[in-house]
Amino acid sequence: MVTAHVQPGVLDGAALRADFPVFDRPHRTGRPLSFLDSAASSQKPRVVIDAVADAYAHHYANVHRGIYELSEDATQRFEVARDALARFIGAPSTREVIFVRNATEAINLVAYSWGRTNLHAGDLILATEMEHHANLVPWQQLAAATGASVEYVAITDDGHLDLDDLRARLARGPRLLAVTHVSNALGTINPIAEISRMAHEAGALVLLDAAQSLPHMPVDVAALDVDFAVLSGHKMLGPSGIGALWGRRDLLDAMPPFMTGGNMITRVTLDGADWNEVPWKFEAGTPAIAEAAGLAAAIDYLEGIGMAKVRAHERFLFDHACAALSDMPGIRFLGPDDSDEHAGVISFVVDGVHPHDVATILDGEGIAVRAGHHCAQPVMLRYDLPATTRASFSVYNDLDDIVRLTDAIRVTQRTFGIA
Amino acid sequence: MDNLYRDFILEHYRAPHNHGALDPHDLAFADSNPTCGDEMSMTLVLDASKQRVTDVAFDGRGCAISQASASIMTDELRGMTLAEVREMDPRSVVANLGVPIGAARLKCALLGYKVLQGAVTGAATHWPDEADVLQQGSVS
Repeated sequence: MVTAHVQPGVLDGAALRADFPVFDRPHRTGRPLSFLDSAASSQKPRVVIDAVADAYAHHYANVHRGIYELSEDATQRFEVARDALARFIGAPSTREVIFVRNATEAINLVAYSWGRTNLHAGDLILATEMEHHANLVPWQQLAAATGASVEYVAITDDGHLDLDDLRARLARGPRLLAVTHVSNALGTINPIAEISRMAHEAGALVLLDAAQSLPHMPVDVAALDVDFAVLSGHKMLGPSGIGALWGRRDLLDAMPPFMTGGNMITRVTLDGADWNEVPWKFEAGTPAIAEAAGLAAAIDYLEGIGMAKVRAHERFLFDHACAALSDMPGIRFLGPDDSDEHAGVISFVVDGVHPHDVATILDGEGIAVRAGHHCAQPVMLRYDLPATTRASFSVYNDLDDIVRLTDAIRVTQRTFGIA
Repeated sequence: MDNLYRDFILEHYRAPHNHGALDPHDLAFADSNPTCGDEMSMTLVLDASKQRVTDVAFDGRGCAISQASASIMTDELRGMTLAEVREMDPRSVVANLGVPIGAARLKCALLGYKVLQGAVTGAATHWPDEADVLQQGSVS
């Protein structure tokens, strides 16, 4: 039995919950909300909500357009947000950070722009069996359009990427490896620096899906030595509707625009147009201006806590959840059991109870979890499961959430007459 | 939700009626629930006129709601004409569960209905419109 008290080096989840207005919302059960679905989308601290409102109330005009004070103010704040994000992810240059709607759009940008320019019939793209659909379907579509093919690096039984399989497939000369930093369905943290080194030695570029890692641990794209990285603001305590692509400047410079229109040009005639420089070449139309302010506030909030502390906190929660679930009969969880290799995402199965039924009963206890295939159906297929129940952690969770989770799983088992 | 897992539902889940596959059969269809990936198949045997259901079975794994709903629905099918099956109201399928079904679990409750409609029309059908079904379909 775990005792709820604050450990050295671990965050005070209850105190941090006070920063998030959603926890003031009454749940129909009368119980406080236990929010264990941050891997789908995180909650927002008041500072983020206020920053979005402040951008609209006091700093709003279109960016990169108007020759007047308010537009200059809006533009400057938008570019400050880009600076903050560049620093947060370790980008060598702010100009390499492109604002898009979300990680999905960022991957599509690379697939369309880099992919359709550089890939030809017979070329090979590597993805992995643990990718989110967002990092699978765009490559399948790219392959269908170009005549290239896609292969998938296997997962081991205990939820690791099979590096021997990766090595064998890299030997066949793929042009690009699309790989997630953290599996949203398994929780596995992949050894990206090692994977990048292997891929580069084989001549492949590396696109990193950092949507599940950036909100939860220190991430430095330069140190990981990847070529592209993608992220979503809404998973990192920021607003929905804004995300980013980071890419190496030489690659971005050589890529054609993805979408075309205003802002991304330097000169337009009725015969054609000249493209603006990066990042604006890839930012056609009015961007998510207020959301950028919110994202900057989210980064500021996370940096105020410290990403190493965020990681230590979520690791502590995973270790306790792992120990508690391991002690319960009829419960299995996916992915590595070593918290060195496992982020704050725990995907589990209650024998004899469908994950949807688990989630419904947990909801009746005031606990929000995800049930389903987590947009990673190949992972479910790999383990011959239709779906799992997934609990995922953020800064506002603590040991009380884990006690409630395990109690509610016991309620589920009792309801179904198991154990 | 508090009354969702009544004994009635759980009994159908543990021991579903009309479970399995009929071979030979006249009609067969399979479909899935996109939110969870659950797959269900259904086989039907018709009478000599090929217009009336004489036997039915469903197969697949799923949640308590989808299994109980298919179990209860298939109990009603024997003797119905194909025209009557096509005219079935999805709201009655949900109502026959006898427990409150919200939007989050509606596809679970209607998976069997969708597979059945695919079997009798010969092609995958659209999911019934959520607003139409929930307006009158859920009972308290």
